[in-house]
Amino acid sequence: MTDTQTADPASDARRTRRRRQAEQLAERASGGVRALVLKLLLLGIVDAIAVYAVLVLIGFEQWVVIGVIAVVTAIVNWVYFSRRALPAKYLTPGVVFLVLFQVFVLVYTGYVAFTNYGTGHNGSKEQAVASLMASALERVPDSPTYPVTVVQQGDELGLLVTTPEGDALVGTSERPLEPVDAEFDGDRAVSAPGWTSLQFAEVLQRQSEVSELAVPYSDDPNDGAIRTPDGSNGYRYTSSLEYDEAAGTLTDTESGKVYRDTGVGAFTADDGTQLLPGWQITVGFDNFVRAVTDQRLAGPLVYVTLWTFAFALISVASTFFLGLFLAIAFNNARMRGRQVYRVLMILPYAIPSFLSALVWAGMMNQSFGFLNEVIFGGASIPWLTDPVMAKISILIVNLWLGFPYMFLVCTGALQSIPDELQEAATMDGARPWAVFRLIKLPLLLVSVAPLLIASFAFNFNNFNVVYMLTDGGPRDSAAPIPVGYTDILISMVYKVAFTGQTRDYGLASAYSIIIFIVVAVISIIAFRRTKSLEELNG
Amino acid sequence: MKVNSRGRVIAAFAVATTLGLAGCSSSPSGDAPSGGDGGGDPASTLTVWVDAERVDALQAAADAYTEKTSVKVDLVGKDNADIKDDFIQQVPTGEGPDITMGAHDWLGELATNGVVAPLELGDAAGDYLPVALEASTYEGTVYMLPYAVENIAVLRNAELVPEPATSFDDMIAKGKAAGLEQPFVVEQGAEGNPYHLYPFQTAFGAPVFGTNEQGYDPTDLQLGNAGGEQFATWLGSQGKNGTGVFNTDIDGDIAKQAFIDGTAAFWLTGPWNVGAALDAGIDVEIDTVPSPTDQPASPFAGVKGFFVSAESDNKVAANDFLVNYLGTEDAQLALFEAGNILPALSAAAETASSDPIIAGFAEVGAESVPMPAIPAMGAVWQYWGIAEAEIINGADPVATWQKLASDVQAAIG
Repeated sequence: MTDTQTADPASDARRTRRRRQAEQLAERASGGVRALVLKLLLLGIVDAIAVYAVLVLIGFEQWVVIGVIAVVTAIVNWVYFSRRALPAKYLTPGVVFLVLFQVFVLVYTGYVAFTNYGTGHNGSKEQAVASLMASALERVPDSPTYPVTVVQQGDELGLLVTTPEGDALVGTSERPLEPVDAEFDGDRAVSAPGWTSLQFAEVLQRQSEVSELAVPYSDDPNDGAIRTPDGSNGYRYTSSLEYDEAAGTLTDTESGKVYRDTGVGAFTADDGTQLLPGWQITVGFDNFVRAVTDQRLAGPLVYVTLWTFAFALISVASTFFLGLFLAIAFNNARMRGRQVYRVLMILPYAIPSFLSALVWAGMMNQSFGFLNEVIFGGASIPWLTDPVMAKISILIVNLWLGFPYMFLVCTGALQSIPDELQEAATMDGARPWAVFRLIKLPLLLVSVAPLLIASFAFNFNNFNVVYMLTDGGPRDSAAPIPVGYTDILISMVYKVAFTGQTRDYGLASAYSIIIFIVVAVISIIAFRRTKSLEELNG
Repeated sequence: MKVNSRGRVIAAFAVATTLGLAGCSSSPSGDAPSGGDGGGDPASTLTVWVDAERVDALQAAADAYTEKTSVKVDLVGKDNADIKDDFIQQVPTGEGPDITMGAHDWLGELATNGVVAPLELGDAAGDYLPVALEASTYEGTVYMLPYAVENIAVLRNAELVPEPATSFDDMIAKGKAAGLEQPFVVEQGAEGNPYHLYPFQTAFGAPVFGTNEQGYDPTDLQLGNAGGEQFATWLGSQGKNGTGVFNTDIDGDIAKQAFIDGTAAFWLTGPWNVGAALDAGIDVEIDTVPSPTDQPASPFAGVKGFFVSAESDNKVAANDFLVNYLGTEDAQLALFEAGNILPALSAAAETASSDPIIAGFAEVGAESVPMPAIPAMGAVWQYWGIAEAEIINGADPVATWQKLASDVQAAIG
């Protein structure tokens, strides 16, 4: 193993003390009345929340979620009451949160990648039909507003309609309007014999039925039907679409065009025209096929990919070396006030990165930015508007954002390297550079290399900095998609999948899975190689 | 290290919603509209999503409505930037509100996703400003109850330039005569800002889309017509290699600062910036946009309003609340007091126009056209600003404009 674990009387004593503490903790955890009460209390709270959640969810009829909560609660109770499941006691909370916040999210992204979820395919088929039929209603031209009263006979709802001539008509969804002797209040018929009039509060009780209620104006369906959107005013509508539930088709009543469910998630006519909204369906690998065969992407994809790798690699390298340099400098015991410097160094890390990026974007404005105006004395450097300069700028900003992390990590790692090694090397006549290159750096890399890989993966998808600083710009106006010179893969995907008002969640998910696979493969290979690094130093 | 991607954000959002349901049913967004039905005291409860800044303005109207009809109105203040996407995502799950506040240019997206229900204004339709009614209509059907109309106009510093400008060149000349180097500012940015340049474009007779009886016609792209090329040429002549009137380095904040500092006498902007200018002690007058041609320079109008959810279980109450209650002059004026933008109801607009600033914007607004809400407009925004920015920065105007037209045509398909 590593050299840090060589026998050392001081750390040995510390370890024994810790072990004793741990044993005491374990003792307390397994026995004792206080611990048992505490355990019961905590589990009681968990169970109470679970029962409450189940009760709430029953109201929403979320059966799957209820099942999951019940199973998880049962497992948690079993784990903490069982005497055998000791490791599970430590693992369970972490696993629950891992599943909730990581696994579920990944699985859901995976699921969305195989659907057509996006603009125009947002809900279920029933919702699409209802929405299409609602917007197909057209008010009969020049038809008046009819004062209406919602009436009831038995359980059947009807409308008592007053014509502009002052006649009262009554009808239901089954029976077209027919004249009736009604009582009037002003110029509105309010009640009719044989019918019970509904007050507004009663109308609200049955408002779903009322808003669905359509009373045919006459025997001729072309005359349309009276509907009342607000319970007091009626309007005469005809529908430009007809829904045949049995055949599952929509027919345009004017042109006679028939729209069918052809399995693409929207009603489609024979000539390919679609009625939107459609609905969500699973589409298999369509999104992935589209992602890799999109002609518009062919040109930009190459240079965006190259830039993504360059951005991630240069960002990792620059932040690491600057952080390492500063860590070594501030690790020197001869430097005064290094605690203060260290705090100052960490400041950029303490500011939210998107805030910093926005501030930098302001400072880099060509005509009015702080950099050009003050630092460069009125120069006109196109920091963010020139393709090459924008790339340099974004690397500078990312260096500023990223080096404190590397500084922290390197400081920690450097301090864990025993001073004796340096002393021994110096005694053997090694110069400082050789000490650093041959002894410190390899030891450092053992602990830091995994973090560098993680940092690479992070920067590969560093959407925040790109989006906030340049938004991918300056735009490549020659490209057929709105892509820019500093776009990385993830920000290009964002632009392709969410162009303008179109939201294509399916395509976006497919892309993010592809990018995930790329990053995962690179990380796995890199981790393999750091293993050999460990063995080398073993 | 977190992996950042939109897909996961949405998935995370789904998790959060599920948790929200499970854990805290008392939170406002978790309130299902159907939840409290079935014989409770209030006849029903309307859940309304409102821009957080307008909750107070609407509260009085909501309370008065509850008193009149015993329908409870539950106002949920939300960040304006989140409302549209949340509404589209939540309505199909049945968790969305009954009514949401919004802007007319969402309409295409909302209708394509099937989340809004048509609204019948009935005889009241004629009581609204024509531009508001036009904006509330999508493919021939009204979906929105409009409450405010917003458009840009020229703010003039009357101390520096006492007389309104008669034309674009006159404006620059008057400003120069007052000793200003950059007398006119307008918000641009590295990617341009076509919304603020649109008045000049219309002056050359180049709308984005043609219109038919259903409204804007996505198959009739007018952007690249001869007027568009003339506009492009003019824009180039006023850009970096010309007079320098337009500058892509001037963003909203820089323009505001120039006007407040008195280094610019004319500022093309919207009502949302008037407060800042008045607070700075500027004597502000509102002028129409000075035209570079003999045609009027008409800006886009943005109309704000309310939508009814397609999945609402309270459609009758929702329609009644919107059409018969928020459509009244009192309610519209109450909303006006909170937002200080022109009411959409003609009678309320007239009352509000006793304020000279509002009257000034209303006068400009009379020439305005609604911003297209059709989904094809999204494709236009993608390419429009960047092309204008390139022209301002010295690219060949006509060639750039033609590429813009062909890119947009290709994106619309």
